[in-house]
Amino acid sequence: MTALRYLKQVSTLRLNEDLCIGCGLCAQVCPHQVFTLENGKAGIIDLDACMECGACVNNCPSKAIEVHPGVG
Amino acid sequence: MKPFDSGCCGGSVEQGKISGSLLIQPSMEEFKKTEAPIDPLKDHDKPGYRLCSFVRGFLKTDVGLIPRVKTDLDKSDLLSTVMIRAGIKRHDYRISPGLYAVGTPDKYSEVLVTANFKLTFDHLRRELNGLSAWILVLDTNGVNVWCAAGKKTFSTHELVNRIKTVSLSELVTHGRVIVPQLGATGVSAVEVKKRSGFEVVFGPVRAKDIPLFLRNNRKADERMRTVTFSFFERLILTPVELKLIVKPVLITAIVLFVISGIGPGLFSISQAGSRGLAAVFFLFAGILSGAVITPTFLPFIPFREFAAKGIISGGIFAAVASIFFSPPMAGTTALMGLSLLTVTSSSILAMQFTGATPFTSPSGVEKEMRRFIPAQAVGLLSATGLWIYSAF
Ligand code: SF4
Ligand code: SF4
Repeated sequence: MTALRYLKQVSTLRLNEDLCIGCGLCAQVCPHQVFTLENGKAGIIDLDACMECGACVNNCPSKAIEVHPGVG
Repeated sequence: MKPFDSGCCGGSVEQGKISGSLLIQPSMEEFKKTEAPIDPLKDHDKPGYRLCSFVRGFLKTDVGLIPRVKTDLDKSDLLSTVMIRAGIKRHDYRISPGLYAVGTPDKYSEVLVTANFKLTFDHLRRELNGLSAWILVLDTNGVNVWCAAGKKTFSTHELVNRIKTVSLSELVTHGRVIVPQLGATGVSAVEVKKRSGFEVVFGPVRAKDIPLFLRNNRKADERMRTVTFSFFERLILTPVELKLIVKPVLITAIVLFVISGIGPGLFSISQAGSRGLAAVFFLFAGILSGAVITPTFLPFIPFREFAAKGIISGGIFAAVASIFFSPPMAGTTALMGLSLLTVTSSSILAMQFTGATPFTSPSGVEKEMRRFIPAQAVGLLSATGLWIYSAF
């Protein structure tokens, strides 16, 4: 499937790279492959694919990710 | 009422003595040697309880008797699947939370965590044919893993508690549970480890990838970790969408009949009947467009906003519907009003579908609603105005 996309630039996903310890859990749990892991840090590569499910936030051990569904 | 309580039925099936974390079940022949054929209904029914049809016996373990489930679905399972898909909830389709077994698992076997919604459970066990594993069912009030994770009933808390109540650490030695990836919204691997000592490994999104995931040493590749929303997956959601709107549609239809009767003679019953039928016809065109066609053909319809997709598809439906009512049967004003009704109802229903997909973000839905609800309101009012005006 070519990934289905919803609206552009609306996701409230934010990543604080300073807090990130590069564990890679966010990339593992995200069902839309929003994250990549490079040089020991997570990076957002596909913000528009994010559905604000919160799986990454819930699993990040260093509270480096935030998402606020419904206040976009 | 819970149909079956896993702890209450007697049984005396010896656990097969096979080691290794992942077992290919022996052939049926071999199987019979380790286990006398049982009649679950005869051997395990108790007054007041009825054995679930998917239980084929019990395993005796250090933590008590554990029901062993079949990996094939029978007629009653398929019936309940159809019922649930059709939106008919005659019963509560819940499974008793707790431990179940497939095949002949032992202390090295994997523990697969799932929700206590019958469809989810059926889906999982169907994919485990030939494997030996434990299934740990969490209490999610009969809701599937993803929805329950969003509602935080499929949660760290529930998993930690369930691990303790079933004494999982006495059943398996590897200290690991496999949680479906879509449960990650509710389950925090770090927290579970801290609070129960168990390591959470996130498994594939789809149950059918579990055998491959296990063969790959519990590694899910990108495909296994990515959510899809295929033609079939979309199509199968439409009956539930339709079921949800039965009541508002009936009310709208009645309102349409009433306003169709308004005319030069103030109100005419016969006019309400004939014009009302035409209006309801266009309403149904809008429903078919917005609740069935737009969802199933979602990626093929232009625009990202669902409401806009609904307008496109509704426009086509309105045009087709108009062919049946072309002048002189109805004037241009009337057709405009009715077409607008089709387009607007299609847009409203298509927007409704944003709530059922696995890729729409709440922030996006909110933005779309802010933009389109006013337009839809204007559409409905104009449609009504044009339709009434056309009667004079
Ligand atoms: S909120 Fe969900 S979809 Fe968005 S990045 Fe996190 S895990 Fe992925
Ligand atoms: S889960 Fe958090 S700490 Fe780990 S890689 Fe992602 S952002 Fe970094």
